[in-house]
Amino acid sequence: MSTAAAVLVVAGALLACAGSLGLVRMRTFYERVHPPTMGTTLGTGLILIGSMLYFSALDSRPVLHEILIGVFMTLSTPVTYMLLVRAALHRERKDPGG
Amino acid sequence: MSYELSGTLLWLGQLLLGLAMVFALYRLLRGPRAHDRVLALDTLYVDAMLLVLVHGIEAGTALYFEAALVIGMLGFVSTTALAKFLLRGEVIE
Repeated sequence: MSTAAAVLVVAGALLACAGSLGLVRMRTFYERVHPPTMGTTLGTGLILIGSMLYFSALDSRPVLHEILIGVFMTLSTPVTYMLLVRAALHRERKDPGG
Repeated sequence: MSYELSGTLLWLGQLLLGLAMVFALYRLLRGPRAHDRVLALDTLYVDAMLLVLVHGIEAGTALYFEAALVIGMLGFVSTTALAKFLLRGEVIE
């Protein structure tokens, strides 16, 4: 069971790493907004499922409080990025280039 | 055997998350504009939160879960405040 949890953790970490690599590789800001969401949604989800599996096996009872982080990230990420992209649009309209 | 394998895998996961933080830090330092830096900071706190979670799995206590939850909440508030600041020039109107 702990091996399955560890495999899930590595998969999630790989997704987060790929997302951050996209942050470095993409050329414009609007392209750069996309990759990190891979880490914040699927990466976080996989690591949380791994954590739930591991602690459920460790305590021999269902441990589900990790869902809290999952729900919170799912709700907060779109709000943050929408505000950020709106700010970027506003700034680039006011001061293009630079 | 299984314990050692999962230990190695958890170590690998921590390494990958550390690498992800280095990439985000590069974008945070490089810019080129302020909203790029805010986006990099957002990615950085998510990666840090995941790193704390994985460390909690490795340590075998549920204590680190609460730290990760706090990092997630404060990160959301700070990124929203920074985005508001970029949008309006002030945080609280």
